[in-house]
Amino acid sequence: MLRLEKLTKTYRTGDMALKAVDLEIPQGQVLALIGPSGAGKSTLIRCINRLVEPTSGKVWLGDVELTHLGAAALRRERRRMGMIFQEYALVERLTVMENVLSGRLGYVGFWRSFTRRFPQTDVDEAFRLLDRVGLLEMADKRADELSGGQRQRVGICRALIQNPALLLVDEPTASLDPKTSRQIMRLICELCAERGLAAIINIHDVALAQMFVQRVIGLRLGAVEFDGPPDALSPDVLTTIYGEEDWQATIRKVEDEEEEALA
Amino acid sequence: MSTATLDACIGRRWRKPPMIRRAWLRWGLSIGAVVYLVAAISSIEVNWARVYEGLDRGAAFIASFARPDFISRWGGIWEGMVESVVMTVASTVVGIAISVPIGLGAARNIAPLPVYLICRGIVALSRALQEIIVAILLVAIFGFGPLAGFLTLSFATIGFLSKLLAEDIESMDKSQAEAVRATGSRWWQWINYGVQPQVMPRLIGLSMYRLDINFRESAILGLVGAGGIGATLNTAFDRYEFDTAAAILLLIIGTVMMLEYLSGIIRAQVQ
Amino acid sequence: MPIVTHSDGRQGWQRRDTKARMLRWFGWLIGVAAFVWCWNRISETTTWFFVWDAPRIAGDILGRATPPRWSYIDKLWWPIWDTLNIATLGTIGALIMAVPVAFMAARNTTPSRLFVRPLALLIIVATRSINSLIWALLLIAIIGPGVFAGVVAIAIRSIGFCAKLLYEAIEEIDHTQVEAITATGASRWQVMAYGIVPQVMPAFAGISVFRWDINIRESTVLGLVGAGGIGLQLSASLNTLAWPQVSLILLVILLAVGISEWVSAKVRGAII
Repeated sequence: MLRLEKLTKTYRTGDMALKAVDLEIPQGQVLALIGPSGAGKSTLIRCINRLVEPTSGKVWLGDVELTHLGAAALRRERRRMGMIFQEYALVERLTVMENVLSGRLGYVGFWRSFTRRFPQTDVDEAFRLLDRVGLLEMADKRADELSGGQRQRVGICRALIQNPALLLVDEPTASLDPKTSRQIMRLICELCAERGLAAIINIHDVALAQMFVQRVIGLRLGAVEFDGPPDALSPDVLTTIYGEEDWQATIRKVEDEEEEALA
Repeated sequence: MSTATLDACIGRRWRKPPMIRRAWLRWGLSIGAVVYLVAAISSIEVNWARVYEGLDRGAAFIASFARPDFISRWGGIWEGMVESVVMTVASTVVGIAISVPIGLGAARNIAPLPVYLICRGIVALSRALQEIIVAILLVAIFGFGPLAGFLTLSFATIGFLSKLLAEDIESMDKSQAEAVRATGSRWWQWINYGVQPQVMPRLIGLSMYRLDINFRESAILGLVGAGGIGATLNTAFDRYEFDTAAAILLLIIGTVMMLEYLSGIIRAQVQ
Repeated sequence: MPIVTHSDGRQGWQRRDTKARMLRWFGWLIGVAAFVWCWNRISETTTWFFVWDAPRIAGDILGRATPPRWSYIDKLWWPIWDTLNIATLGTIGALIMAVPVAFMAARNTTPSRLFVRPLALLIIVATRSINSLIWALLLIAIIGPGVFAGVVAIAIRSIGFCAKLLYEAIEEIDHTQVEAITATGASRWQVMAYGIVPQVMPAFAGISVFRWDINIRESTVLGLVGAGGIGLQLSASLNTLAWPQVSLILLVILLAVGISEWVSAKVRGAII
């Protein structure tokens, strides 16, 4: 579904953020991308929808190659990739509804979007999504009135209303407390399962990643160091990705807390 | 829609909630604005024939920027520019010297109430009076010449600098000032060690900015006889000597750009 | 080295080392010399006799100007209305022109850093450096005296001011919000309308009101050069040495400035 071929990004400062990354993700697979800060996780995600222009290499979404597309064609393909951000990146001075509907901008002409006259089907879908994440009553609130977890739910709605085939998720839980983090991760994974979406989730919290995803990629200095199921993450592997540390306490310790959080 | 259910929402049209919730106020304001605009625009009498004739002159003026004439009235331009610069420098220096004590006095957290009220009064008076009006009055009192301009600009500088300085002092970090006070320092020592270091960089930045403003203002004081390049410029416009006017305007713009560049460097240095 | 050794071998602390002290001392010397020279030039061109006579003249003028001629207010209503219009319409006109200039000048929205941005910055600096009275002089030479020249003069003068503040606000926006809108596949204009405009809206409203307040002040004096408003009456009264009328006009101007400052402070308070 998504295939990266020798994807490379060199910043103007000369930093090699990505070193010829090869990666293939089948339909419906949820994948966690782990690695230390500066390993190139954010760059990788942004190179896929070209918020950051890759230096070389290819990105195949289905059978379309993205790196050579012109502006209009790129916008069309971006509609198929929903993106969720670390600090939610909601437009804070717009209402929740406007934020959700902004996910349809790629489908709607300028004047319709400017006058806020979205097609009724879009509005209905927005209400359905808000209901699904439990924020229906907040529709007319301004985004900056919401709490962190609520904002991230709105961010998820905005990504899903694009009707994407792929979710690009950049540190969805980095600014949330542990409980909300887990709820958000669960929500993302459930929604992916419901809709058969593939997802790349860029995440710091190894234990949280292990709980929810089917596959883990470890990135270090812009190169893939590990690719396998979450169970295969041994202390040795984490040491190659992050460097020396006592990893026993990190891995899977959350398992037993799970029940408490639900209770 | 406080108790919303999904079924109630589906199929319903959605509109952005209006910024002003009370409908009568919203409509009242927008109708009022439209009525005002119509009345205002219709009360302006534009003599379109005159404007149309003027277009040629406008084009001539813009064209004259391509060939500004510095030469034929160079004597007047040079005299006027020097006088403007002289007025600017002298008034900025004097203005700063006077605004610092007034600024201290106008800060509520360091000045006693009577001093505060007097200083605030001076600031308010200086800010309320347009430079050009002050210049007219001072020319009437002191006679024509740069002295009136110098006094005008000094007076205007006081209103500007003292107000901003006072606001700066009022919003400064209390704990630093308290720490100095706690050492048992006198009032002057307290100002020197506790307050001055905190507001100094901004004071320098503001002074540079005011120098820039004073120069721009000095360019118009000549219109009312208070010295500077304005008189030369006025004459040039009166005689339709656009080439000379363009030269003067270019000199003003150039000087302002230079001052802005200079103040950028100085501000970067002190911060 | 802030530690200095005195001639008798003692060591002492100084705030600055010798070179820095010399530099500062030299800087002060130049500054003082420049100021003295400037002062000399001013005093050369001053007739000091008038200055010594000034208190008497000031007292004389004050005596003639009081009490203000209150009945003259009837002739001022229309000029006050004109002054308000010059400020308001001028501000609106300036904003309409300043918005595109600001977007062209901001580093993150400019279409081209090499060609468009310098042009926009030039417009900003040129309109800002020249006082509205000079713009009025120029426009009167071109389109004739009247309120219209005043409106245009205020509008042109305000472009640079508004555009400068606005483009600084645009450069300070949160970039990830823009990124998020871009990632949905929105077009350039949609990104503008959804990602950038909502973020700069409060700054825009604040700038408009702030500039309107300044423009009220400026429009009161435009009449001195013939560009309409209450300044026309002021200039006429001054020319005929009708001091009681002058004092009334000055009172009206002070009142207008006070009201506009109050309104602008209220509106800005409501926005923020």
